[in-house]
Amino acid sequence: MRYIEPHGHMVSRTTDDYQDMVTAGCAAVCEPAFWAGFDRSSADGFHDYFCQLTDYEPKRAAKFGLPHFSWLCINPKESEDVALATDVIGLIPKFLDRPNVLGIGEIGLNKNSRNEMKVLEMHVDLAARHDQLILVHTPHLEDKLKGTRLILDVLRSDKRIRPERCIIDHVEEHTIQLVLDAGFWAGMTLYPESKCSPARAVDMLDLYSHERIWMNSACDWGVSIPLAVPRTALEMKRRGWPADLVDKVIYRNPIQFLSQCPKFKLP
Amino acid sequence: MTRQQVLDQYFVDARHKLIDLAAFLDRVDRSEGEADFRIAAFRTALKHLAEKKPHRAKRVLLSFSDPTTKPLAKATVKGATGAWPGKN
Ligand SMILES: [Zn+2]
Repeated sequence: MRYIEPHGHMVSRTTDDYQDMVTAGCAAVCEPAFWAGFDRSSADGFHDYFCQLTDYEPKRAAKFGLPHFSWLCINPKESEDVALATDVIGLIPKFLDRPNVLGIGEIGLNKNSRNEMKVLEMHVDLAARHDQLILVHTPHLEDKLKGTRLILDVLRSDKRIRPERCIIDHVEEHTIQLVLDAGFWAGMTLYPESKCSPARAVDMLDLYSHERIWMNSACDWGVSIPLAVPRTALEMKRRGWPADLVDKVIYRNPIQFLSQCPKFKLP
Repeated sequence: MTRQQVLDQYFVDARHKLIDLAAFLDRVDRSEGEADFRIAAFRTALKHLAEKKPHRAKRVLLSFSDPTTKPLAKATVKGATGAWPGKN
């Protein structure tokens, strides 16, 4: 089996996780910038985090033979403070040329507030000005439907944005159709306690599409499973999926999206 | 997969999850004090399970969702509770 982990917060994982992922067939990991579990006190904290994502973490992954890519932003959970967000967004352009940076993400909404919307629009503008791919986080639980609608409105209203260059992550049964119908890519996140189980993810693949869709573990410092993608591949096999279709969803689909950034190259 | 294959593969797991739900509702009933909007939302969502039409998972998710369309004036918390309280 070979697969891409298109969304993993590796700075909060152990070297055992790297070993397990590579052993399971992981060919590359992509790490979006996210919330640390606490609010950073200044833009300097983000500067250091961006250095970690673009310098230190790729070196750590390389020790296990795993190519590591990253996405940069200030995440929606820290976007209520527009002044801080403005400072952080101002830091990003100087990191965009780093060899492992794929685009702007994971941007989006958390509680669907006006300030979060403002910061989302600033990120979308940044991505448009620098011709970057976009990775979007949709809110959790009861906030997901509304947040997904608002996010789609923001992206569609900026005429510079091409939907095929944006992935809307953490879709579930009530949002996947909205995302795919609007021409965007959809990401399914496999979490043990919320978001999506392997069985539901395979149901959605059967019901909606094998195109413009990927799966990720979004493994982080919370309850999450770094091997969720290969485990879901086992679920596909249990249902009698042909090996080529499994390979398409867990390997070729993410490569198709990510290769729109010329820096995404596998050895 | 045939219906028999689906049952063979998923029935015991689904049964296990259903009994967990039943035990959860018993636990809520046994406990003291006031409940909140979450248990009402849960009972509403449960009704979708008994419906004999497709997309039950989608309807359960929709029934827990905030249906409004205007952004909040301000985010005062970071977390989500899992059900919409009926107002923002
Ligand atoms: Zn994430």
